[in-house]
Amino acid sequence: MPEAHAALAHQFEDLEQQHDAATLGMWIFLVTEVMFFGGLLAGYTMYRSVYPSAFAAGSRLCEVTLGLTNTLILITSSFTMALAVHMTQRGRRGLVLALLGATMALGAVFLGVKFLEYFHKYQEHLIPGANFVYSGASAGQVELFICFYFGLTGLHALHMIIGLGVLGVMMAFVWCDRFSPVHYAPIEVAGLYWHFVDIVWIFLFPLLYLVDLHR
Amino acid sequence: MNATATARALPEPLEPEPREDYLNASYGVKSWLLTTDHKRIALLYLSSITGMFFVGGAFAVLMRLNLLTPDGELVSAETYDKLFTMHGLIMIFFFLIPSIPAVLGNFLLPLMIGARDVAFPRLNLLSWYIFMTGATLALVSAVSGGVDTGWTFYTPYSTTYSNTHVMAMAIGVFITGFSSILTGLNFIVTMHTMRAPGLTWSRMPLFLWSLYATSLIFVLGTPVLAISLLALAAERLFGIGIFDPKLGGDPVLFQHLFWFYSHPAVYVMILPGMGVVSEVVPCFARKRIFGYGFVAFSSVAIAVIGFLVWGHHMFVAGQSVYASLIFSVLSYLVAIPSAIKVFNWTATLYKSTITYDTPMLYAFGFIGLFTIGGLTGLFLAALAVDVHVHDTYFVIAHFHYIMVGGMVMAFLGGIHFWWPKISGRLYPEGWARLSALVVFLGFNLTFFPQFILGYLGMPRRYHAYPPEFQVLNVMSTAGASILGIGYLMPLVYLVWSMRYGALAPPNPWLATGLEWRTPSPPPTENFEELPIVTEEAYAYGDETIHA
Amino acid sequence: MTAQPVSLKTYAGVFGMLLVLTAATTAVAYVNLGFFNVIVALTIAVSKALLVILFFMHLSRSAHRTQIVAGTGILWLLILITFTISDVLTRAWISQPVGW
Repeated sequence: MPEAHAALAHQFEDLEQQHDAATLGMWIFLVTEVMFFGGLLAGYTMYRSVYPSAFAAGSRLCEVTLGLTNTLILITSSFTMALAVHMTQRGRRGLVLALLGATMALGAVFLGVKFLEYFHKYQEHLIPGANFVYSGASAGQVELFICFYFGLTGLHALHMIIGLGVLGVMMAFVWCDRFSPVHYAPIEVAGLYWHFVDIVWIFLFPLLYLVDLHR
Repeated sequence: MNATATARALPEPLEPEPREDYLNASYGVKSWLLTTDHKRIALLYLSSITGMFFVGGAFAVLMRLNLLTPDGELVSAETYDKLFTMHGLIMIFFFLIPSIPAVLGNFLLPLMIGARDVAFPRLNLLSWYIFMTGATLALVSAVSGGVDTGWTFYTPYSTTYSNTHVMAMAIGVFITGFSSILTGLNFIVTMHTMRAPGLTWSRMPLFLWSLYATSLIFVLGTPVLAISLLALAAERLFGIGIFDPKLGGDPVLFQHLFWFYSHPAVYVMILPGMGVVSEVVPCFARKRIFGYGFVAFSSVAIAVIGFLVWGHHMFVAGQSVYASLIFSVLSYLVAIPSAIKVFNWTATLYKSTITYDTPMLYAFGFIGLFTIGGLTGLFLAALAVDVHVHDTYFVIAHFHYIMVGGMVMAFLGGIHFWWPKISGRLYPEGWARLSALVVFLGFNLTFFPQFILGYLGMPRRYHAYPPEFQVLNVMSTAGASILGIGYLMPLVYLVWSMRYGALAPPNPWLATGLEWRTPSPPPTENFEELPIVTEEAYAYGDETIHA
Repeated sequence: MTAQPVSLKTYAGVFGMLLVLTAATTAVAYVNLGFFNVIVALTIAVSKALLVILFFMHLSRSAHRTQIVAGTGILWLLILITFTISDVLTRAWISQPVGW
């Protein structure tokens, strides 16, 4: 009887079953994340449909250049992540480490830019509940928009920080040569999470930064 | 032998030497607190939720005592607000929602599908620790003075005006939600990827179909509760007010997000009970379940349609009449699969050989009381009627008939049915039947008067009431004391049986199902050899079932 | 797991498309299309998301079960959003005593 693979958990019959369970589990977890963000998106949709001009005004308070930069950074990090998983399947340990490192570096830059944006908001007195001052029309509803800006991007940033932690762990596993062409489910699953975080931002960018910029 | 299903203990001595099972495989606190064995985790949950049940029950006792007199001066109005809030929060989030899934589900799922454990055993243990963290926060909130917002946390009272410990409680519930999410995720993955050879979906026990439907709700609904509570906490703590009318926010948005989860949550609080009934009825009627496919499909249908009806909690909240109309129609629709199940159980009982062991007594109680509770739900789904009875004792009676008359009775029935498997002991049947009767009588005396009270106009969440309602309130309180006794009795004799009960054979009820093909209690790895399934789920009447 | 991994060329192509679409959505935001601005923005966002899901996350090659899981998530999000806004958008159809 063949010896069980070192990574095979006792409740599974073989690595393939374990891999299936891991990926299904992560997809289901991502569905829970969709619903988690979904609550805020439902609120956003509701208020934008009744306060269109206030939401447009709020959007103009967001820095498109920084948002665009971050979008490009995150898309690139998704690319490097996909390549990292691909190379793990090929057993290219060195490349995987480089790609994971690149993904993490891009993620860190994203967070840095986000922190800069938040700092600017603080300087411009646009922190809801703390120092929010807006002299234009419908100040309350613009503040509502900014609440969603912070809520959505803040939640997203939190997920990115967790993602960086997960990737760090993956790098450690790769360093210790834990993966092979037959066993790479953890990094594939980490990749799924990272791509999800990217997808959330793909929606947040137009919804928060690009509302009625032509005015 | 087409025997009755009365449990038969094996003659002493049961076995020549003691057998290793999951209970005696290792000793010590660490072996329990660090276990990844789904069966031990189930017992960890059982201890926790039993404790929380009696805490929630204590709040109910105080409420009912206060309501003995019309001026309700046992406690102040402010304290009464806290009592009903804490009763609701603890019973719902820390007892009912985990109850059958986390205890019976965790214990039985791998056994019923012929697996060694669930897909993610460590996540399973983590889910218990998450539950305990949330429960601890809730108790901290309770001990610090509690919360007075109602379990529904409606804004702006909860965000702006309440001076009670809303944050601790909201965060406690938020954390506990992740326990449900992990449980649901684990169950879904396990059922999809770890079924024994030959166990097709159409051969799965109906208990597992109902757990699957429940898990769908855990996964799709709980995250929305999480974000609602997070938003509430953000508004309360940081003034980031997305529900704040001063900014143009809408408090009804909170209600939408809250009920998007909390309505499907009530199906979490009945589907597993229905699953237990679907196991118990065929066993004690010695007959295949009538319409297996319909029952399985109905479970999933209840979960799915249950996500489309949440607005029926908001008919008088300022919700659009057109949205309310749609929610009302869908609420009628969701009653259909529930009714289908009741018809199927009834058809199973028709021309069958019934024995009245304790699990069956609880199942009968469930079918009758759930039917009453469910029918009164239709009263509430009618817009015009709801305007009259919303926020009255009619609603309270309605949901207690389902949650207590239904779910709690099914939970007790399930505990009794699988007790031999879980503990390796038989409970004392005489005392158990008596308790079931006491529970049934106490329950009806407690809650039937509340239908009348509500219809006559007595509002819920009020510490005082007009004097003409006193007789019915006194009846209700009397019923509650009987009900309490009925709940204490199993606590006593089940614990007693763990030490002094007769030893149980693998299949004391001569039931079908893979869980009965392994010793009582099972070994840690569940099966010596993983089984292969060759027949349908409820092959009663086939003369091949062994003790 | 047993399927052939996606080729590097596909990954690069998807990456390129994502950059193009990002530039497009940003540019279009400065053009006044009235009501269509939000439709175009969401269409582009959905397209980008689909590219990531189908190719980076391999959903196009995954088991049917996985595809159903992903689809269910999206469907449930849409249920949450549409039913919620259906309330708000139809409140005015019957005149309320005090406007919201």
